[in-house]
Amino acid sequence: MDFNGSDTIPGPRTEDQLPHTAQAAVKIVIVGGFGVGKTTMVGSVSEIRPLTTEETMTQAGIGIDDNYGSDSKTATTVAMDFGRISITDKLVLYLFGTPGQERFWFLWNGLFEGALGAVVLVDTRRLEVSFDVMGRLEERGVPFVVAVNTFPDAPRYPVEELRTALDLSPDIPILDCDVRRRASSKDVLMTLTRFLHSLALSGALT
Amino acid sequence: MTPPRRKRRQQDLPPPPPPPGPAGGAKKSGSPERLFTIAGSVDGARAELDLVTLIVARSAPGPAASPEQAAVLRLCAAPLSVAELSAYLQLPFSAMTVLITELIAAELVQARAPIVRQALPDRSLLEAVMHGLQRL
Repeated sequence: MDFNGSDTIPGPRTEDQLPHTAQAAVKIVIVGGFGVGKTTMVGSVSEIRPLTTEETMTQAGIGIDDNYGSDSKTATTVAMDFGRISITDKLVLYLFGTPGQERFWFLWNGLFEGALGAVVLVDTRRLEVSFDVMGRLEERGVPFVVAVNTFPDAPRYPVEELRTALDLSPDIPILDCDVRRRASSKDVLMTLTRFLHSLALSGALT
Repeated sequence: MTPPRRKRRQQDLPPPPPPPGPAGGAKKSGSPERLFTIAGSVDGARAELDLVTLIVARSAPGPAASPEQAAVLRLCAAPLSVAELSAYLQLPFSAMTVLITELIAAELVQARAPIVRQALPDRSLLEAVMHGLQRL
């Protein structure tokens, strides 16, 4: 990109700037299949217009995934939509949504490792697309809650039936939501944070 | 009607590779990760940049700054995450970290490390997040 015109590079609007007192940030990752509403959820609670960052996965990254031969040199671009919520004047929360092919999310070093937790957003019409990501989160010890984005024509299952189908332990919260609504998305994030807090109290978080 | 059932992944899969750390984390020389694990920040700590590390300019861009550096310094007059810088400058995350690592080494920016998930979780941090979300 041409940086010589850097005076015109778009930056945050004045009202979107963080205060100088902002000392640290935390992140939460929202995962789920294509079209399930991850970006909508980020947008409904973010204080800034959602932005997109991307990473190019090249040989070095692909080599760590056992599904790929280390001689593969294909570069793949993985994009992340994200938003921001100021928690206090010192603490900022970032929300990352993960569009695109899920097998690449886990090649992005540090995306999940440092996250406080994750929201697995599911569509009951295509429940199976979330199976793989739940397994990967479990393997990495990333705590998560399951939020069912209630599309009007999607089948409705009782929570316990979903819990059995998803093979989740009784402590993992499962809740319905409508990610277009700020209050509903906020409720999902509150549920995740309460769950993380309960894990902290029980000392089960490793 | 019952939903489809998830089958658990095989438990005997090899464990995921450890995240690259300062000590021997980069397996191949020339891998992009290495560029920011070898650079030291001003206080001598190693600069491990996360998507949500906050970057703050220490001074206005001087005449010696490259156009890329000047653009970063202008953008982070107020704290801004690496992810936001990457989005505004339309640079991939790893390219952004290389640029920021140079700026840290030149003492032109300060990096404020994120709070990451710990083995011993910080209850007061989670309580602060809950209170912050409640005000939304």
